[in-house]
Order: sequence, then C-alpha cells, then structure tokens
Amino acid sequence: MILSALRTDRATFQRETGWDIKPQGACRGEVCVPLGEMGEEVDVASVAERLGMPLVHEQKHGIWAVGPETAGRVLPSADFPDLVLPTWQGDDFDFRSLRGQKIFLLAWASW
Amino acid sequence: MREELHPKGLEVVTVALDVLGLAKTRKYIDAANQTHPSLIDQAHRLDHLLGVVNVPSGVWIDEQGVVVRPPEPAFPELSIAAIPVDRLPPVPEGIDRYLRDVVVESRKIRSEPHRYVAALRDWVENGSRSRFALAPQEVIDRSRPRPPRVALAAAHFEMGQHLQRAGFAEDAIPHFREAHRAQPDNWIYKRQAWSLVRRDQGPTDVYDGDWLGDVRKIGAENYYPPLEM
Repeated sequence: MILSALRTDRATFQRETGWDIKPQGACRGEVCVPLGEMGEEVDVASVAERLGMPLVHEQKHGIWAVGPETAGRVLPSADFPDLVLPTWQGDDFDFRSLRGQKIFLLAWASW
Repeated sequence: MREELHPKGLEVVTVALDVLGLAKTRKYIDAANQTHPSLIDQAHRLDHLLGVVNVPSGVWIDEQGVVVRPPEPAFPELSIAAIPVDRLPPVPEGIDRYLRDVVVESRKIRSEPHRYVAALRDWVENGSRSRFALAPQEVIDRSRPRPPRVALAAAHFEMGQHLQRAGFAEDAIPHFREAHRAQPDNWIYKRQAWSLVRRDQGPTDVYDGDWLGDVRKIGAENYYPPLEM
C-alpha cells in the first residue's frame, strides 16, 4: 500500500492489506490483534508496528510503502483471497465469479 | 489443455505480472488468441498475496474458493520445457554472446511439465479425492515463509513499482535494489527490475546481478524447486 500520509480510512486499509480495523483490534479471518484506541482514521504507523508491517519512506516524493505483515507463512489460511484484477480488455474480473468451478491460475510474465 | 479440461469443470485463468502492464504483454496475449480469462497484474498483487516468486507458477483453487495447491512451478505440456534437451535444435550460431549463454544455461533448468499436467488432470477428474489436492493446513504450511526481511523486500518492491509507473524510473532503482538484497531468492523482483533496464536481463551498471550470473551462482538445476507431488 502506497500512502502520502500515515493516516488512512478503515475501508482503504482493509482493501489494501486485508486487515479489518474493528473495536476488538485488527482482524483478518479468525485472527484479531488487539490495538489501542483507534478513531475513524487508521494510524498506519501504530498498526504497522503492531502487525509487524515494514514502512518504507521515500523522502523525495513524500510517500510511504506499507509492506505485508510479518507472519509465519504468506498464506494465513487456504481461502483464496478476495482479488479483482483487470482483464486485458480492461474489465474488472472478480475471482469469486468462478465459484462452483475449479480454477487453474497460471502466473506468467513477458520478461 | 483448456479445451480438454474446461468441459470437465476447470477454468484456466492466466495472470500476467508486469509493472508495464498491457504495453508489454499485449502482443503475447494477441498471439495466444486466448478464450479463458486473461488478466493483467500490473501491481504484482499475486506476489504479495500468494507468495509467487518466479514464473511460470500455478495455483489450484477448488469450487469453494479454497486453495488446494499453493504456487509451484507450472509448465504447460506444449512448451519448450516439455521437449527433451537431446531433441532440441542446436543453439544458433552467430547470435549475441550473452543470449547464446542464456540459451545454453536455460537448457539445464529442471522442469516437469508432463508430471505436473498429469497431476492437474487427476485433480480435475477426482476433486478432493485426488492425492494431489492438499488439505488446508498443508497448503498453509507449503506457502512461503514471511520473516521481516521478506516483508521489507515486498515494501521496497511496491515502492519501486509505484515510482516506475509514475515515471520516476531512476528513483525506483534503489528500492528495487533493496528488494533484491532483502530477498535474493525472489526471481520476480529481480527479473522485473532487470528487464526494465535491459530486455535480456543482462548485466547493467545499476544492478549487482543479472539473469545469467545469478542463475550460475545457484546452479540452473536449482532455479525452480522440485515439484512436491
């Protein structure tokens, strides 16, 4: 997640990181990490520290990159994450649209 | 493969990982004349969400949206990787020396397309009864570890991509370098960055490594992990 300030709204934080800020803390799936008092805006530095997310600052451009949480494994569960990507024609494609079918996802690159 | 397995309930979804998006991938997509969903991941979200570290990588997802095999090397049967080395044509003479060496080294890379696709067919036929469909905890355990240095690499790579897309290619380089330093076994971070400077991912003044040199360091046979089928 790229930010120009270390504060953002809860919906953006949830969409970009998968962590939902709730009264009981930062939650994803069945896991909740307790946080201190949190207002409507997310104090990104504080939450990042609590979840073990690295913050990279680019001083010249005045922006931060928030890395993923430091966890045991990349996949916190076997559920395929909510993911919408554009098709090459420019339409949004939601992987949930294929529920009921098996999917073989192939990642490739031209380089 | 898609024509064979789609009637049996499988959909193939291809995802192109490229910070330059359709500008770099369009000609390959056009040439393939695909009928399946063909997606563009310009922000490398698959790397972050699933732990993809090289291409091609395959992931199997069942009808309920549960991953039954996490990312692993996935070569189609109709690829050069499926041709035994002794049946490949000789390396062309007269081509660029670096490219020639890349071709020679590439032929030492281990891949098992027939075994992989046979397992995929078995899963399509047998679903959760297939011995190749992993239980959820095994999927988690087989996904890549994410210690602090790997999370830091992801943050630097995201910053580098953002700057590259925003037109600040020079400013992106230090972040790509940091990503390479923090997670040297992530070939996507390296190949994506190298390819932005030199199409053949050869040596440059801005990066410490290049494809050929880095592959030789680890041995081409270790470029992809062995399939754990």
